[in-house]
Amino acid sequence: MKYTLADIKRGQLGVITDVSSVHIPLKLLEMGCLPGNAVELVQVAPFADPMYLNINGTHLAIRKETAIHILIDIADV
Amino acid sequence: MSKQINVALIGNPNTGKTSVFNALTGLNQKVGNYPGITVEKKEGICKLPRGVKAHIIDLPGTYSLNASSLDENVVIELLLNKNDKDYPDVAVVVSDVENLKRNLLLYTQIKDLQIPTVLAINMSDRMSYKGIHLDIAYLERELKTKIALISTRKGKGIDQLKELITNYKELSTEPCVNASEIDKDYFNKLRTAFPNQLLYKLWLVITQDVNFGNVNRNEVDAINSFKTKSKTDLKRLQQKETIKRYQFINNTLKKGQTIDLKSAKDLRIKLDRILTHKVWGYLIFGFILLLIFQAIYDWSSVPMDFIDSTFASLSEWTKNVMPEGAFTNLLAEGIIPGLGGIVIFIPQIAFLFLFISVLEESGYMSRVVFLMDRIMRRFGLSGKSVVPLISGTACAIPAIMATRNIESWKERLITILVTPFTTCSARLPVYLIIIALVIPEGRFLGLSYQALTLMLLYLIGFGAAVGSAWILNKVLKIKSKTFFVVEMPNYKVPLFKNVALTVLEKTKSFVFGAGKIILAISIVLWFLASYGPGDDFNNAEEIVTTQFSSENLAQEELDQKIASHKLEHSFIGIAGHAIEPAIRPLGYDWKIGIAIVSSFAAREVFVGTLATIYSVGSDEEETIKNRMAGEVNPILGGPLFNFASGISLLLFYAFAMQCMSTLAIVKRETNSWKWPAYQLVIMSAFAYVVALIAYQLLK
Repeated sequence: MKYTLADIKRGQLGVITDVSSVHIPLKLLEMGCLPGNAVELVQVAPFADPMYLNINGTHLAIRKETAIHILIDIADV
Repeated sequence: MSKQINVALIGNPNTGKTSVFNALTGLNQKVGNYPGITVEKKEGICKLPRGVKAHIIDLPGTYSLNASSLDENVVIELLLNKNDKDYPDVAVVVSDVENLKRNLLLYTQIKDLQIPTVLAINMSDRMSYKGIHLDIAYLERELKTKIALISTRKGKGIDQLKELITNYKELSTEPCVNASEIDKDYFNKLRTAFPNQLLYKLWLVITQDVNFGNVNRNEVDAINSFKTKSKTDLKRLQQKETIKRYQFINNTLKKGQTIDLKSAKDLRIKLDRILTHKVWGYLIFGFILLLIFQAIYDWSSVPMDFIDSTFASLSEWTKNVMPEGAFTNLLAEGIIPGLGGIVIFIPQIAFLFLFISVLEESGYMSRVVFLMDRIMRRFGLSGKSVVPLISGTACAIPAIMATRNIESWKERLITILVTPFTTCSARLPVYLIIIALVIPEGRFLGLSYQALTLMLLYLIGFGAAVGSAWILNKVLKIKSKTFFVVEMPNYKVPLFKNVALTVLEKTKSFVFGAGKIILAISIVLWFLASYGPGDDFNNAEEIVTTQFSSENLAQEELDQKIASHKLEHSFIGIAGHAIEPAIRPLGYDWKIGIAIVSSFAAREVFVGTLATIYSVGSDEEETIKNRMAGEVNPILGGPLFNFASGISLLLFYAFAMQCMSTLAIVKRETNSWKWPAYQLVIMSAFAYVVALIAYQLLK
């Protein structure tokens, strides 16, 4: 089963596996959103959008529409 | 001759770069603009050891050298142009010890430009708290630089940083990542085509969407020998470059940095649970907004009243002390009331910027962006539009500049277009004086009617902004990639020095910026009101005296009649009468008409204009408010400022686009006259219609 970052739940730990370079701006990559980096959901706004994430130690918020273009593996908890 | 070295402070946003700048320069700083653009340019002077002086420039915060905004372009533009007078002898990359990994990305890029670079690791006071340990010697070796561990909060390490800057010549200029390895062929071709240019510099020029002063992109494009990459390919290469840099950084930090997670205590998680909570988050935000408004209405009214009466007596005093003549009149009736109209803003502006800078400094503003994004998106705005809309209550100009970090062009354009609806501080004096004149005193549920009216006007402003955003979102057919990313920085107690300097700086620039316009207009108005063409003006005394000769008026009353006759036939009176037919249906007389026309330059001119018009020829010391209350409607009789005309005026000012500076900024930010022209016409027409309806219904 393939997950995207939009699927992650609070308390789960994910690892980014692929980032669609067409949809994801360079700026997000530069902030650490790169394959191999760990990701964790910190908080969701109402309607689960935007998502407040901790990617590789950087805390940032992105919208769900961006998150679906980032593929992740979710570690079983 | 003392030698001066150029130092550039560079760093990611939220690393405390400005605190470092403040620590180095103190009050020896000035804020201006880069020529031709509205990006803020902060520079200052710092005394270094051994009599060396440094000219320090605080570059806009950026995550990398791949620019995606005007502010970020400034950074690259400077670093690529050796002939710029500000080109740094040494760069100081400011980083945050908690985000070292991400901060080092920019550092490796600067190093590739072969500029001597000092790495300043800020917030080192949080290291033990976060369980972070750094092997400085190892990091200095790997990163090929000198490191200063600093804490601007505790004032530590600044001397060491100064020492390193002074000895910049000893720094290595060797790059630490070889970017050309991402595509050897391509970079080799590049090297053959431009043997004299730095490879990484060329790469930057090719990948950016802008032209730089010294290296013209078209020139690079013109030589076809290597221009074989499409945009997507270039983007893929940039991605590769980023990954390569992170590999280097990860390897370096693996050995150079240890983080003991057990000893790390995290307050941010607890705070975020509450501050970004689905219910509490919004309640707290609402409460903070209330507090801000309370401060602006209530707390600043005391100093404002004081300023108002001080200027009224100053005017009077000038008249009594100075010899009679045109110059004294200009001073007492033109310049002093005009200046008073500027100074009276200071308390409110200061309060607003105080709150805004505390919210920004503490990291709370990012949480608001996060909370509001979903709601704002319904109206075609972004969560990031909240910041401009809030700071628009101070002034639309910085607010419109604050839209720059909105990534989607459509969302940004809509934010720019609707921001002028928010009640800026320039409207406040107009509101306050008219409310005081027409809204009765009295209380409803413990709140005064006057305060409620003011609150309502703010809500109307926000409502108009959001409502028109909703319409624009439907109407504007702009396709733009929507993407949204906002960093959620750690919470910090704001540094007093930073907040104080921001408040001081913003207040100063507002007062001087707006001040110039207001002063100029007051002087022009005074001349127009004090001189006039033809017999009616020049022989006013005779005409009035003959007219009232039978009535046996006291000298004082006669003087009054002469003064008002003169004013009516002065240049300004003639102009006012010319536009009167257009504004009479709104309940205004020609004097208000003049005030409205002149306040198309800037709203705050309204009160000043009325002050100037009413004080021309008047001898008594009176505040503007009393003068306005005494005005009589020339046609209907009764006070000119009554409930109907007052409400009509309030609504007119709530909606009309009356600020030339804002229009100029909108032109710059949207790069076309089309949008400011729309704003001017649509907002003002709307204002006219609403004011007309209000007056006709209420009169």
